[in-house]
Amino acid sequence: MTTSYVLKRLGVFLLVMWGAATFSFFLPRIADVNPIEERMAQLASRGAVSVGNTEAMIKNFEKRFGLDKPLAEQYVRYLWNTARFDFGFSIAFFPTSVGSIIREALPWTIVLLTVVTFMNFTIGVLLGAVLAWPRAPAFVKVVAPPFMGLSAIPYYLIGIGLIYLFAFSWQIFPISGGYNIGSTPQWSSAFLWDAVRHSILPAASIVLSGIGFWAIGMRGMMTMTMGEDYMLLAESKGLKGWRLFIWYGMRNAMLPQITALALSLGHIVSGAILVEVVFSYPGIGGMLVQAIRNFDFTLLYGIVYLTILGIAIATLILDLTYPRLDPRITYAKG
Amino acid sequence: MIQDTAAPVARSRRFANHVGRLMKLYPLLFIGFALLLTVILVGVIGSRFMDPDLSRAGSTPLDIAPSREYLLGTDSMGRDVLAVMLRGTPLTLQVGFMAATIGMGIGIVLGFVGGFYGGIVDTVFKGLADILITIPALLILVVVAVSLTGPVSINVQALVIASVSWMLPTRTIRAQVLTMRERAYVSVAELSGANRFEIIFLEILPNLLPYLAASFAATVAIAILTTVGMDALGLGPQNVPTLGNTVYWALFYSAPLRGLYWWWAPPIITLGVVFIGLYLITAGLDKIANPRLRSHG
Repeated sequence: MTTSYVLKRLGVFLLVMWGAATFSFFLPRIADVNPIEERMAQLASRGAVSVGNTEAMIKNFEKRFGLDKPLAEQYVRYLWNTARFDFGFSIAFFPTSVGSIIREALPWTIVLLTVVTFMNFTIGVLLGAVLAWPRAPAFVKVVAPPFMGLSAIPYYLIGIGLIYLFAFSWQIFPISGGYNIGSTPQWSSAFLWDAVRHSILPAASIVLSGIGFWAIGMRGMMTMTMGEDYMLLAESKGLKGWRLFIWYGMRNAMLPQITALALSLGHIVSGAILVEVVFSYPGIGGMLVQAIRNFDFTLLYGIVYLTILGIAIATLILDLTYPRLDPRITYAKG
Repeated sequence: MIQDTAAPVARSRRFANHVGRLMKLYPLLFIGFALLLTVILVGVIGSRFMDPDLSRAGSTPLDIAPSREYLLGTDSMGRDVLAVMLRGTPLTLQVGFMAATIGMGIGIVLGFVGGFYGGIVDTVFKGLADILITIPALLILVVVAVSLTGPVSINVQALVIASVSWMLPTRTIRAQVLTMRERAYVSVAELSGANRFEIIFLEILPNLLPYLAASFAATVAIAILTTVGMDALGLGPQNVPTLGNTVYWALFYSAPLRGLYWWWAPPIITLGVVFIGLYLITAGLDKIANPRLRSHG
């Protein structure tokens, strides 16, 4: 790995973040939507405008974005603020800042999705590897196809079915939300248990649809690995079955899966938007929908920017570590 | 002698045999086609026998369970769910196919130009596709849709989705063109004086058809996924009952929690059949294009 390769990757990373910020700066200006006016109209239609607050808000926004200054200066100011993760105030929840809203929602999404992603990966990769293994027990071939089918269906649609069965018909799990209405988030065992109970159905809908994706990819790679000469050699040396399976087969077939795992960890923030909507989960996805409904542009752009940042960082880390994971790849010229 | 006089019959029989052999070789591909065709035919034929007015709000009593009069029941907005489904399914498929066709067209042009000519153009296209493919299309679309003033039409939605559907085809086609370019038959064509267009359209394109078909099926699936996601977020066309829109309203009226299974289940089942069909088609075409995948089931 050369210095120029690292610099190039860093350059791409900065380019992506600059592009995301520029996109969110110019789009509303081209589109001719005035977020504050939209919000005012929406509030007015609910008969909830308090005049003093409105004027303070408009003044604050004009000053913050320097709307009286030339476009170039506004742009530079916007880039500078975005680079410092300063997204300003939420339009809908003025004067709460976008940063503090995101800080509150982020842990819900990150915890749920991290646990679920690793579960998907582990179960899916094992299932896929076993499927390609000629000496696998017969029941695996029966278990696998339903998961493959489910993997083609978006997980939030599976979630709706789960709500109907487990929350409405059998009433085993709570219907929606991240915790019981009335309790406040705190570090007590009762609250944590409550939160876990609420997270089971959203998690299940992602896992049910996710396992098949990993299994299909792993089965393909494992099938190719089984055809390699070193597998034949290892087998004729008389190595034990499990050793062949894990250290000769899975170890080599897993590399592309690890790439995919790193990328899907980057997608954690955006991965469950619609699941959170279906379950009214208090994470980033739920916030995003509220931002859409309220024309809360500052919150919307803050969430989108952070999501893209997560993906860009994951891609960067992957690009920088992959040559170490797979010695067959050299980036001498890259 | 008999064969001579009955040549057309023999030919059609040979064709049937050929199809039969293909069905045996790629059963999943044909199941996929059958699933997709069923959904399309039910939508197209069924909507001819159905009064489209029943898919308008307020045309029926509310929340009636499936019965003889309303086969799939009615929803909380006073719509006949069967009528909604028969009108909505073709619309959703239409958005998916339109977006994928445009995205695929862009992908073919960029992939061929980049892969065949190389140079700075190739670097720019490839770099752009590589970067954009990592960003969830739904996020870009959310930002775009919120910035659009006024309601979105089906065609605008298809165009917007097409603008984020060209990366996957561009990348797969470019990679294939790069390897094709080095094949012996392309060199032969070059030596025998074929110009670049002849090489692209007569030599390379026909060999890429299975890849293009597989890539198209995958792009359609992603486009439908995206349109349903947009609709379910309430960012799609408001005045037409697409499948995603039906999911949105079913959630809006908490249908799953009120036991109105006949409202939320039909769009989900239909989408499930469509997605599984498209997946089987993609996997089957991939196997035709890439014989290395054939060794196992």
